[in-house]
Amino acid sequence: MSSTDRAFSPARIGVMVLRYIYLLRRSWPRVLELAYWPTMQMILWGFISQFMRTNSSWLAQASGVLLAGVLLWDVMFRGQLGVSTVFFEEMYSRNLGHLFASPLRPYELVCALLTISLIRTLIGVGGAALLAIPLYHYSIFSLGLPLLTFFVNLLVMGWSIGLLVSGLVLRYGLGAENLAWVAIFAVAPVSGIYYPVAVLPDWLQVVAHLLPASYVFEGMRAVLFEHVFRTDLFVRAVALNIVYLGFGIAVFLGVFRAARRRGLLINVGE
Amino acid sequence: MNAVIQVEALTKLYGELAAVDHVSFEVVPGSTCGLLGGNGAGKTTTISMLLGLLLPTAGSIRVLGEDILAHRYRVLGRVNFSSPYVDLPHRLTVQENLSVYARLYGVRDREPRIRRLAEDLDIAAFLKRSYGNLSAGQKTRVALAKALLNDPQLLLLDEPTASLDPDTADRIRGYLNAYKARTGATLLLASHNMLEVERLCSDVIMMRAGRIVDRGTPERLLVRYGRANLEEVFLDIARDRRRETAATGMDA
Repeated sequence: MSSTDRAFSPARIGVMVLRYIYLLRRSWPRVLELAYWPTMQMILWGFISQFMRTNSSWLAQASGVLLAGVLLWDVMFRGQLGVSTVFFEEMYSRNLGHLFASPLRPYELVCALLTISLIRTLIGVGGAALLAIPLYHYSIFSLGLPLLTFFVNLLVMGWSIGLLVSGLVLRYGLGAENLAWVAIFAVAPVSGIYYPVAVLPDWLQVVAHLLPASYVFEGMRAVLFEHVFRTDLFVRAVALNIVYLGFGIAVFLGVFRAARRRGLLINVGE
Repeated sequence: MNAVIQVEALTKLYGELAAVDHVSFEVVPGSTCGLLGGNGAGKTTTISMLLGLLLPTAGSIRVLGEDILAHRYRVLGRVNFSSPYVDLPHRLTVQENLSVYARLYGVRDREPRIRRLAEDLDIAAFLKRSYGNLSAGQKTRVALAKALLNDPQLLLLDEPTASLDPDTADRIRGYLNAYKARTGATLLLASHNMLEVERLCSDVIMMRAGRIVDRGTPERLLVRYGRANLEEVFLDIARDRRRETAATGMDA
């Protein structure tokens, strides 16, 4: 069996990741932009936190709760953008025909997109998290091991939405690319980023409990306020994320097959 | 001799529109077959289906002995293509683009291979330049280099010399002929350039409105239509001015 016949090739995934790194390296404004928004968000919420710490007994109990919220929220947002905007680059450059006439499998492209999303998220949010230490004397790393579980869960939810958005844009053309910027904000109010899910109306709490992110942010507050890691919340987030990621991958691959039926791999655009 | 391409009753419908309509043909190993037709004749659609980029509505396709609908990945490493309808990332350099595709195709000794192709196709001077900064003709040559990276047994070329000046186009045609002679590869070429087809092709398939309307060697088509060159034959077919003398049927 030759290397191109293999049904799954980490080498091909590696090549695609390398290509996305080439793309990133070729444009310093894009690298800057990766860290720019998380940093701006962190600075804004950092000052809000400083102000509110002296005016809110709730915040006084755990002053880093807003900063942790904003940084973790950006993990999900950057995770989603890392998948969808990188996929859009393939569409902008009308390159899908070349890629899929090669031995590259669609699921290998998915793996490459998820990998580059992880790298971009680490660059973007990592920079802001490090900057928060000298600016506000707050280190999100003080969350310890639970931080890793929060990070992974939010990243996976971001990936799922990113794959869903990429599939929709492949189906409906680049005219629908704004979905990449607005999709994730639809779930922000019910994710309990800055406030407990309990403050939402009952019917919205039902919606919130269908989102892995809501369990992550509840778990984050449990660590910060009660100093406990809530395994029950973690398990629910993981279970929902398995469903979300499976759904995201299935939609992307399903749309990809439909794109082969409709001729969209050759003719992509608005 | 087993055909490199075997297409049977291939059909692609977009709603009511038949982009390709019950097309059947074979291409024998080592030949260069020209797919000719006007805009909308179904050439690019046919090539896309041969690569598995587009799923047919009906019919069967075998490429290098494999059913392309069921086992396309068994052959994609031995096939390659270039087309003006697809592009490469503009922000990557030519070298990076070629290197990525060489790796995807599992090419060994990729750097020497890229250097050799760059010299052959006269793109060595801009290997380090961004692909997006190249002229249309330079991009066409880079796309051709990408199509040749894996020494394909079957090379599908959609308008391979589009955007090239006559001198460069002529050299590329010479290179393709030499490549075929050296490797024994089979070429399927979609083109509007009749001179190119006369020079490169041993067999010509004429398409109109998704159907094959005639087929033969360039010499036989000239005789059949009583024309001096393929351009006049093409116009006869495109304008449905098929001569009485041509009604004797296609070559087998």
